[in-house]
Amino acid sequence: MAGKKRLVMTVDTRRCVGCSACVVACKTENGVPLGCTRDWIVEETTGRIPNLSMELRSTRCNHCDNPGCVAACPTGASHVNEGGAILVTHHKCSGCKACMAACPYDARYVHPEGYVDKCTFCLHRTSEGGLPACVGVCPTKALSFGDLNDPGSDVSRSLKERRHKVLHPETGMDPNLYFLV
Amino acid sequence: MTGTELFMVRSNPGVDPFVAVWQWEIPLYLFLGGLVGGIMLISSVTELAWPRRWERRFSFWGSLLGIVFLSAGMLALFLDLAHRWYSFRFYLTFQPTSPMSWGAWILLLAYPVLILRAAGSMSDEFRAALNGKVPLLGFVDWLRSVAARHWRTLQIMGVAVGIGLGTYTGILLQTLVARPFWSTGLLGPLFLSSGVAGAAALFLLLRPAAGSRPVLVRWVMGALLFEATLMTLFFIEKSGGLAVDRAAALLVLAGPYTGSFISLEVFAGILVPLLMMGYALRKNLSPGRLAPTLVLIGGISLRFLMVSVGQLSNFNL
Repeated sequence: MAGKKRLVMTVDTRRCVGCSACVVACKTENGVPLGCTRDWIVEETTGRIPNLSMELRSTRCNHCDNPGCVAACPTGASHVNEGGAILVTHHKCSGCKACMAACPYDARYVHPEGYVDKCTFCLHRTSEGGLPACVGVCPTKALSFGDLNDPGSDVSRSLKERRHKVLHPETGMDPNLYFLV
Repeated sequence: MTGTELFMVRSNPGVDPFVAVWQWEIPLYLFLGGLVGGIMLISSVTELAWPRRWERRFSFWGSLLGIVFLSAGMLALFLDLAHRWYSFRFYLTFQPTSPMSWGAWILLLAYPVLILRAAGSMSDEFRAALNGKVPLLGFVDWLRSVAARHWRTLQIMGVAVGIGLGTYTGILLQTLVARPFWSTGLLGPLFLSSGVAGAAALFLLLRPAAGSRPVLVRWVMGALLFEATLMTLFFIEKSGGLAVDRAAALLVLAGPYTGSFISLEVFAGILVPLLMMGYALRKNLSPGRLAPTLVLIGGISLRFLMVSVGQLSNFNL
């Protein structure tokens, strides 16, 4: 939709080395409690010995266009913010965990204070023109973030030029976390 | 053989290594909710359709037990919440896409119907016995008069709320499409039929008179046969579905839950009570206490099984 932001993130699986700097940066930036994480690294090995291939990817909430978590939330705490980012209003969340059961990416966790927590695309930074902490810290520039409706953005160009995929498209959630392959 | 191996650096509590966000509280709540739905449905339908074969005391004790079970279920629900003191948020909004929101309001609707049905079916002897023992008897008398005036409407509401309560417990799981095991429209009717069987079994434990016993036994047998049919269709659907559905079905049909499913659900919960009750009906005997108790055990096992297996199933084959 022209004129309306559509925030997406791309992960270049050819550049990601699985260093976990994004994980540490997110935990530090967002004060993520010990034992919990908003983003994580997945190492996927496929093939048959000796013809194996490995893909490393930094993963987080997919901020879906058709989010099951928002549909399942009985209090309206989980909601779609401007630009399509999925957020949780802490003081509305009862901790019923329906959103956790509804998420095919298992991207949510219960914060020790009782509410459900997840990646916010670091909206406190990005709304002021900055980058999400994970994107800013990535040493191999594997992560990009931006507005897909802006043809000049890095994410728009990458997704035009590179082959890409999303995880579990069969769920119909229309995720906004793209993996460049 | 070509394969895929995933290694993930994540250990969020309740999520890894597999989702286990709901423990005993939710299955217990689903069972009690279904049971109360069944109580309302059976007593209302029988009051309307076969009043001569129905003992009014079942409506009374059923409604009282319904209030107790519903409250126990809501307590379990409250205990499950991670942010308990924000539970009032359920009642500050209505989210049409969330079955949990629907459920919260259905629960609220069930209380006045149960209370009025209990008042309306209270015997004069019971009312007289309350004299001097219970406060607010004037209010009880007012409730009795209201219920008497609108008795038929109350039964119709009992049918509607009973179906809503019994069905929504299954729909709640069904809409969580991230868990392939739950993704089927059969869960709502399955939980409703199990709730009806459990409620009729509960009435049988209240020592019915010989005249009303066959009606209750038929309710149990009909509901169990319907439940068995739905369960068969459920596994046919899962076994013939996508790879994720087949993997989910295998957890029960040839996996870690096979033993408990076959023993507690199929045999103890359905087949044995069906045979015992069929025999009792044929010989005009009392089905005793064992068969109804087994039906209730089967009902609670079904909820625990469904919730546990559903959380294990996912799209990461």
